[in-house]
Amino acid sequence: MAEATATFDVRRQGTAGVLDIRGDVTAGSEDVLMKAYEGAGDVTAVILNFAGLSYMNSGGIGLLVTLLVRARRRSQRLLAYGLSEHYRQIFELTRLDEAIGIHDTEQDALAAAGAA
Amino acid sequence: MSSNDEQPAAANRDAANWAKLVSRLKVAQVPDGAVNLNVDGRQLTSPIQGFGKMWQKTYVVRLPGERVTPTELIATWRRQFGEFWPKGNHFYAPLTGIEPGDVALLNLRMPGGTTLSTGVMVLYADEESFTLMTPQGHMFAGWITFSAARQDDETVVQSQVLMRASDPIFELALTMGGHRQEDLFWSQTLGNVAAHFGHPDAVVETKVVCVDKRRQWSRWRNVWHSSAIRSTIYMVEAPIRAITPHKRPAA
Repeated sequence: MAEATATFDVRRQGTAGVLDIRGDVTAGSEDVLMKAYEGAGDVTAVILNFAGLSYMNSGGIGLLVTLLVRARRRSQRLLAYGLSEHYRQIFELTRLDEAIGIHDTEQDALAAAGAA
Repeated sequence: MSSNDEQPAAANRDAANWAKLVSRLKVAQVPDGAVNLNVDGRQLTSPIQGFGKMWQKTYVVRLPGERVTPTELIATWRRQFGEFWPKGNHFYAPLTGIEPGDVALLNLRMPGGTTLSTGVMVLYADEESFTLMTPQGHMFAGWITFSAARQDDETVVQSQVLMRASDPIFELALTMGGHRQEDLFWSQTLGNVAAHFGHPDAVVETKVVCVDKRRQWSRWRNVWHSSAIRSTIYMVEAPIRAITPHKRPAA
């Protein structure tokens, strides 16, 4: 129902695709997120860069679960970095951290994905 | 401003909307009639921890915008949440209403006259939406988001469930009519919300999408926490508890 208020820029780093997230991630971000994910192409891992995240509600968390399903379907790993302490706790609370590897830096995420 | 500078602002903006981190649920009080059988000490479960196929179910009803604003509607819904449920089901709201981190007990009417005792935690709440998340043993692992938004001259009211059946037994039950029953439950709930705001004949639209057809067989052990099994045992043991009151669980 909500309008998209986030941007997802795609970069290729080795065999991984990095999605630089900026703005507010809500349920309204679905189309732009999935378009960015498709834009990452044939990668072994998708890394979400949350350093530019302004805000995320429960609709945004739901989107990440949907993205995780798509990534698993393609045997891709899903990782994240740049999360503030607040959002790290949200990932833990919602138990997304059990499926999405959380790292401090892009280098750490790339190394964990074997894509450095 | 660097990215790192932006993070505290993000945290401040919505920190109050999210529940605080908890490893296990704790029920503050058990109202009369509620049964705290399947909530205390349980972990929350997202769809990632569930067993069955993943579904996204969306129920929508549209009201004239002049009748109620999204913020007014959500404020009322949070305050009177259980009153909009179909008859025979009970939502034991905390005294504070629906606030982030609150844990509420539920009694759900099941086929055959049985009652399923379970609960939810308020994961997120703001002026235009709130989200309830389920604990281990609930019929599904996931969350339900209730929201309202202005679209043109209408207030669009929505319930959206993102879920997997928690275990093989619930997956079977959902397949054998449980999904239909759940669709009816939320459809009636939204209809009751619409009626409260003067539109008893409003049409509730339902959209069901299977997000993931795969079942997560590695999660079959979730059945250990099944609220259905534990609720049934609790009912069967009722006569025994009646003569040995010291064995009553927290209720």
